[in-house]
Amino acid sequence: MSDLAHALPGPSPQIILKQVVKNFGATRVIDHLDLSIPAGQKVALIGPSGSGKSTVLRLIKGLEAYQHGSIEVAGAPVPAKSGGWHWPGAKKPPVVHRVGMVFQQFNLFPHLTVQENVTEAPLQVLRLSREEALERAHQYLGLVGLSHKADAYPAQLSGGQQQRVAIARALAMRPQVMLFDEVTSALDPELVGEVLAVIRAIAHEQQMTMLLVTHEMKFAQDIADRVLFMEAGRIVADGSPTEVLVDPDNERTRRFLNLVEQR
Amino acid sequence: MNFDYAFAWSIVPDLFQGLLVTLQVVILGFLLAVLLGLLLAIAQRSKNALVQRLSYGYLSFFRHTPLMVQLYVLFFALPLAGLTLPAISTGVIGLGLYYAAYIAEAFRGAIEGVPAGQWEAARALDFDNATTWRRIVLPQALKPMLPVLGNYLIGMFKETPLLAVITIPELFQAAKQIAGMTYRYNEPYTVMALMFLAISVPTSLLFKYFERRSHV
Repeated sequence: MSDLAHALPGPSPQIILKQVVKNFGATRVIDHLDLSIPAGQKVALIGPSGSGKSTVLRLIKGLEAYQHGSIEVAGAPVPAKSGGWHWPGAKKPPVVHRVGMVFQQFNLFPHLTVQENVTEAPLQVLRLSREEALERAHQYLGLVGLSHKADAYPAQLSGGQQQRVAIARALAMRPQVMLFDEVTSALDPELVGEVLAVIRAIAHEQQMTMLLVTHEMKFAQDIADRVLFMEAGRIVADGSPTEVLVDPDNERTRRFLNLVEQR
Repeated sequence: MNFDYAFAWSIVPDLFQGLLVTLQVVILGFLLAVLLGLLLAIAQRSKNALVQRLSYGYLSFFRHTPLMVQLYVLFFALPLAGLTLPAISTGVIGLGLYYAAYIAEAFRGAIEGVPAGQWEAARALDFDNATTWRRIVLPQALKPMLPVLGNYLIGMFKETPLLAVITIPELFQAAKQIAGMTYRYNEPYTVMALMFLAISVPTSLLFKYFERRSHV
């Protein structure tokens, strides 16, 4: 695992959102959001459902259009109009290859084996040779502890294993920023631990910037350098895990945490 | 009712010539239909409203007029506009254009069946659109399409007697000619029917086999 550390970080990554507004129809889901994340920081986003946490990740990845403000990742702007139709050879958004994302529903490619899931993007997007791509698959499947499942199909894996493959698939692109969108929410309780352990290992080993939307407060407290509490499309508390989670001075945060703890 | 086996045997070569023409038209027409159908289905997902509308217009036109009328237009009306094609090419184009409309609808359904998460995962890995279609969406959409395509291929094959109206010397036309010249009907039509069966049944089995073999 230790040989990963020098392979990963490129130039100093940084995420900057300035006065970002995002509406879904008439509903404002992100409301003049300002956020700046230095390279290498591990940030947990918490808050009630519908508060815009996932949307923040999706905006940073360029999966959502936004109506106002600006977003910059690793010095390159993320265009406000996302999801355009771009043909090969057409100019791609500059955020390309810098941001990896893991989804709640895994979204593995069901027609490809585990290994092919991991090599597909390095081959098709980075245009690596087959040997290089296989080497990466080997490396990252090893990191998530699934080398022995390389030839299995996603349907043959448990949810936890699928999510670990999805993490390996994202890491194989060697992103500077990793986004984790409620990656344990779709898992059976007994499978949550193995996925969190993998993320914890990545957080400790690598200098990647990480943003996690999570409902696992203890996990957030363990790995995050910084916790953001969101409500109604705004950040209402921003500080160290201790400040936000252990000793919140914000009334809303306190109420939310009480609710979560009662579960 | 008598059936002269010797006569039946003697007309096999002529009918076989007709069968070859039929197969040629069907195979080329099917390829055209699948390619055009796929393009039409992809066009319907385009963000360009004009492209989308053209595709819908195409589907509407070809699905709401009879194939025979379309063949007549291609064969008799286009030459008046200065465009003359050999009969066989006209047959290929006629069948291809008509079936493309149906195959496009089936493709559309199959493509919509690919979960949105697959598109998102591809975009999260920075795939461009063409690669997403080629490597992620179409391989998944094609699987449920196989039996459908098999049915259309056989359907198309069975529709070929229509091509007689535009003078293509296909199997049905060949049988009709023999019957007309010899006044014997049992033998040519029976051999013709057997030839249709001899192609349709194995084709059907072949697609069943593909379907079973395709993974997961």
